[in-house]
Amino acid sequence: MLDTEIIQSRRGGFTRRKFIKGVIAAGATASAAGYLFRSSGVLAPMLSAQGAVERLVTLNVNGQQRRVDVPKHETLAMTLRYQLGLTGTKLGCDRAECGACTVLLDGVTHYGCSILTHTVRGREVTTIEGLEEDGVLHPVQQAVIDEGGFQCAFCAPGFVMSMVGMLDKNPAPTREEAAVLLSGNLCRCGDYDKILNTAMRAAELSRSRA
Amino acid sequence: MAVIRDMIPPFELYQPAGVDDAVRLMEQYGDEGWVLAGGLDTFDWFKDRIKRPAAVIDLAAVDEIRGIAEGGDGGLDIGAMTSLTAVAEHADVQSRYPLLAEAAGLVATPQIRNQGTLGGNIVQDTRCWYYRSGWPCYRAGGNICYASTRRAMNREHCIMGADRCVAVNPSDTAPALVALDAEMVVASSSGERTYAAADFFIGPDIDIERMTVLEPGDLLTRIVLPAPREGARWYFEKIRDRKSWDFSLVTVASMLQVQGGVIQDARVVVNSIAPYPVRMGAVEAAIRGREPSDETGQMAGEIAVEGARALRHNDYKIALTRNLVKRSIRDAA
Repeated sequence: MLDTEIIQSRRGGFTRRKFIKGVIAAGATASAAGYLFRSSGVLAPMLSAQGAVERLVTLNVNGQQRRVDVPKHETLAMTLRYQLGLTGTKLGCDRAECGACTVLLDGVTHYGCSILTHTVRGREVTTIEGLEEDGVLHPVQQAVIDEGGFQCAFCAPGFVMSMVGMLDKNPAPTREEAAVLLSGNLCRCGDYDKILNTAMRAAELSRSRA
Repeated sequence: MAVIRDMIPPFELYQPAGVDDAVRLMEQYGDEGWVLAGGLDTFDWFKDRIKRPAAVIDLAAVDEIRGIAEGGDGGLDIGAMTSLTAVAEHADVQSRYPLLAEAAGLVATPQIRNQGTLGGNIVQDTRCWYYRSGWPCYRAGGNICYASTRRAMNREHCIMGADRCVAVNPSDTAPALVALDAEMVVASSSGERTYAAADFFIGPDIDIERMTVLEPGDLLTRIVLPAPREGARWYFEKIRDRKSWDFSLVTVASMLQVQGGVIQDARVVVNSIAPYPVRMGAVEAAIRGREPSDETGQMAGEIAVEGARALRHNDYKIALTRNLVKRSIRDAA
């Protein structure tokens, strides 16, 4: 049934990106059902006494309450990408060694690949999809466009989130300070000079908007 | 290293709200339990499927061991779950214990410092890649050290303190805490114990499968710093291949108590050259009563590397240790 729906909507001018997202959502439903029925219900009440977690959680993502069924061993980047369809958060190394998965937790930068989704319950998760407000780009996003900051741009969402975190900490960084504050992100194209131009432009833009 | 890009194998997850509950769960699961703090050391093990605990005890909700408070006798009391960023940016740590602020601020990257904890940085496992890639070495319960064979890649391994295993302690904050005479508070189901930082780290001669005194069921809860000494000077330097992310090749942390231009007492600690942070007792004794000059530093550097033995690819660590110890005495401020 789902397949027909997707095929029909493709005829109606569905984009490739939306098609992929549809498949992700369908997959999430199917796999979530697997997790629901796999575990034994008998043990659950006994274990919850000492702080065992429940799989069904409500996450605060980009200002929205999202209900989601999260396996206990799932990382935040996986949940964002494959359950919530927020594919702006990239998985590069999946080892806290590249920064492509950088997201904000309560405004502070973290690697989404190296934290359990269950650990972030009750915290505000912000991904790159949550930066735009009422159709107005975040100063960092505008700066990327102004400066043409990235070459292949796979690392861009992570860098953008790091820049947002950076400006919150230091609204007027020097180029050297910016380099230190952004040192948790890698660009394999080696485009660091333009990325730092972007960071400086972003700081300028956010000061002028404030 | 094996890179498997799918999910971590399943485990039972607990998020206890207090130390008591955490310790009870740890006792219940014993070897099958895994304590999760920031997770930066943990998830590599899980993703590579080398460690597969039945239960993970996530300390994220244990608020009683997060934060920095005034301790007794003018010291500071730091919860083990305090993030490295919080330690590095804390006004009191910066002004009174610049050694620790610098050490915490040089760990890995901003994101890792935001999430990684002081406790986790202290008790982290070694980075020896034979061990971390799942080779059945001594440390993993086997009967060979792959890092000291004839063709082994051992540029990052140790120059002293080896006993079958040649892995090093990678922590940046550990040598700083030893130099500060910090105390480690450990909770377990049988009560609370306290260790001097220098006794907290152990070598393979004591137990080849552990880096610290912690055994299954033990939880590092707090780090207690005594009041800084009168006239204390500090020096911290971490040498690594690149300025971000990397673990240290050699790190030195020193405290010199100088009065009337003369060293009254000293702590000189070097890490990443042995399986534990090395407190250089002979250096400390030799520089007492001398001026913190270039000459004293030179002498200290020579003493520091006495008995050091290089493996095939790490003799640079001997020169590095000699020079860092020298600088740490000459340039302490």
